[in-house]
Amino acid sequence: MSDSPIAVEEHNPALRHHFADMEQQRQASSLGMWVFLATEVMFFGGMFCAYLIYRYWYYNEFAAGSRSLDIWLGTINTAVLICSSLTVALGVRAAQMGKRKLLVILLLLTIVFGLAFLGIKGVEWYTKFQEHHIPGSSFNVDDLIKEYPQIRIDPSHQQIFFSLYFAMTGLHALHMIIGVGIFAVLTFYAWKSLYTPEYHTPIELAGLYWHFVDIIWIYLFPLLYLIDRKPLK
Amino acid sequence: MATAAITADRTNYLNQEYGIKSWLLTTDHKRIALLYLLSITFFFFIGGFFALLIRLELLTPAGDLVQSDTYNKLFTMHGQVMVFFFLIPSIPAVLGNFLVPLMIGARDLAFPRINLLSWYLYIIAGVMMLHCILTGGVDTGWTFYTPFSTAFSNTKVIEAGLAIFVAGFSSILTGLNFVVTIHRMRAPGMTWSRLPLFIWAHYATSIIQLLGTPVLAVTLVLVVLERALHLGIFDPTRGGDPLLFQHLFWFYSHPAVYIMILPSMGVVSEIVPCFCRKRIFGYKFVAMSSIGIAVFGFLVWAHHMFVAGISLYSALIFSILSYMVAVPSAIKVFNWTATMYKGSISFATPMLYAFGFIGLFTMGGLTGLFLAALGIDVHVTDTYFVIAHFHYIMVGGAVMGYLGGMHFWWPKISGRMYPEFWGKLAAMIVFIGFNLTFFPQFVLGYLGMPRRYWQYPPEFQVLNVLSTAGSTILAVGYILPMVYFLWSMRYGKIAEENPWGASGLEWMTSSPPPTFNFDHTPEVTWEAYNYENIPAPEEVAVER
Ligand code: HEM
Ligand SMILES: [Cu+2]
Repeated sequence: MSDSPIAVEEHNPALRHHFADMEQQRQASSLGMWVFLATEVMFFGGMFCAYLIYRYWYYNEFAAGSRSLDIWLGTINTAVLICSSLTVALGVRAAQMGKRKLLVILLLLTIVFGLAFLGIKGVEWYTKFQEHHIPGSSFNVDDLIKEYPQIRIDPSHQQIFFSLYFAMTGLHALHMIIGVGIFAVLTFYAWKSLYTPEYHTPIELAGLYWHFVDIIWIYLFPLLYLIDRKPLK
Repeated sequence: MATAAITADRTNYLNQEYGIKSWLLTTDHKRIALLYLLSITFFFFIGGFFALLIRLELLTPAGDLVQSDTYNKLFTMHGQVMVFFFLIPSIPAVLGNFLVPLMIGARDLAFPRINLLSWYLYIIAGVMMLHCILTGGVDTGWTFYTPFSTAFSNTKVIEAGLAIFVAGFSSILTGLNFVVTIHRMRAPGMTWSRLPLFIWAHYATSIIQLLGTPVLAVTLVLVVLERALHLGIFDPTRGGDPLLFQHLFWFYSHPAVYIMILPSMGVVSEIVPCFCRKRIFGYKFVAMSSIGIAVFGFLVWAHHMFVAGISLYSALIFSILSYMVAVPSAIKVFNWTATMYKGSISFATPMLYAFGFIGLFTMGGLTGLFLAALGIDVHVTDTYFVIAHFHYIMVGGAVMGYLGGMHFWWPKISGRMYPEFWGKLAAMIVFIGFNLTFFPQFVLGYLGMPRRYWQYPPEFQVLNVLSTAGSTILAVGYILPMVYFLWSMRYGKIAEENPWGASGLEWMTSSPPPTFNFDHTPEVTWEAYNYENIPAPEEVAVER
């Protein structure tokens, strides 16, 4: 169908029929991604709101729960994610300059970082599982009560902290898994030379998404791991 | 297919391609609109079926047709199906999908494949909901209040929650598509101040869908996680707060009532100028009031929780804010009325629905103000007064607008005219049936009949019988258009490009439109609703 008066000069094969030109298409896609990220802010916002209230109510339990998380693994994971954001940003640059091989390598690196994050997160979760810190009938925080006699801990309130911990990191991890999946597809297409300096919007959009997921973690890390780490008297 | 006869010489979106695949894999916004039309009509009748069972049970004071357990499931599934599977997608996904690109002179929505994806998500959600209904159903009320939903109900809460979660994403994607389309795909000359008010209404609706629905989604996820994996975020036995659930739920669900009503307001803003043959009065005010509703709508949610244990101070503030949200709605009503003033009004079917909308919405809105007053709310909360209030808006308002819009744009959608006599008759039946069904409920609620019970004291019977009688009339009024719309697809008079003499780009292409909407991208040099320059069509004039 090209009975349109906007007969395009050089018809880029990536141009979809209903757009007038590549510029309009790129702007629409990028606005779409920004709008989507706004919905994601609201999605996580609901949980941050719950976190705020309960942390205000049950500060002791939140502080104790925070101490029980492995700060080293958390820090390493933060570093891993920041590295992955860097590789994504460099990947977008490589796509802009049309460096196919570099792009593929950077995307693969991103995937590796993403998987590393998920692996470390899995180890942390598994430890929590062994420590009976999973909310539910087998929940038990006698270990924390013994370890921090200075803090008054109500075991049921302690469950609220861990409920939020698992809900927030779980939904964050789900976003990471989706992101890794997206990058796997993009790597394949990049390898097939689908992206050119004129058309690489998918790389940019996936990059935006990935940075967003990183930012969520940048908030989660201090909110969950760093509530109170001062030495106890 | 009937449509083949319309124009042998011209292909349009209906006869461009045939076969089931050309429909299920289509990315044409007009075809997706029709897919939505079929699916939401299906769910409308499921929800309506539950409603009739509820009304039948309430015909007598005793609990005879069903027992309390079943009754709880009936009103729950009625609410969930009607809200999430009919009313929220109704106008946006059908008329909006069809008209947004046409009205702004675009060839399609910005993301046609995401548009199709949103329909498939809707269908997946619908299948989950149907499965949930057929294998036992839910009984939490459409509101999923905790801790009942998380700890006590032994019905299929998880499945219903997930179904609505998925339906939510379908709604988000529709909103996303509209926002981007309205920003980026307008034809040359189609400035923001020339946009039809239907577009403004959908823009405002989309904003609510985008910012509200994710909060509902995460809330439902937390409920599901609490039920399935024993997290304790809303569990009072562990210090969790059920009120937090209510806050999160209503943070979405109050704005959601505006997702349901705003598009209808958009439809009425198109119909009224057309059948009064006047430019709409106060275009800017009507446009901005849509945005005002979208913004203020996010600030009033706790008026659903006045008796749930929130502090008096916050109740006062939410009460005042609820009064303020009525202002933009009232602005619209005044402007529609002012548009009619000294207009040459023709009482065609769409206009009858628009009249119905204005009257019934006003009643619903005014009783909303009653409810926003703390003292009165304590008396009538959780009674049939609340039921009547929101049905006046959602059924009297939103569904009337939807039907009005379906009649107004049916010639464009199908290329055929519906029978005017039957159209008017159905509109009258709907109006009468509606009032007979729901007006008695105001009285019942004021007298103290609580909602959500399967039996009631005998002194309430007369009003309940009236209401049940009304609901059967209403059902007839809803079935009639279905029948004659189908009939008209084969036997209806062939529609011209612009049978109503309406303004708007959608009327400047053939009926039904070609797949890419316009042969030439239109260039807009005029203001919206320039009825001074459009001659009234012959037939509509005769009907006066
Ligand atoms: C004009 C402004 C409005 C005001 C001031 C208002 C006020 C209220 C108030 C205070 C309640 C709570 C009553 C109670 O539970 O005690 C309520 C309930 C309700 N309203 Fe409105 N309302 C307005 C418009 C709307 C609109 C436009 C809709 C729908 C399209 C709507 C739908 C509902 C629904 C569904 C409920 C009941 C929810 C439930 O408890 O199941 N309202 N309204
Ligand atoms: Cu409300």
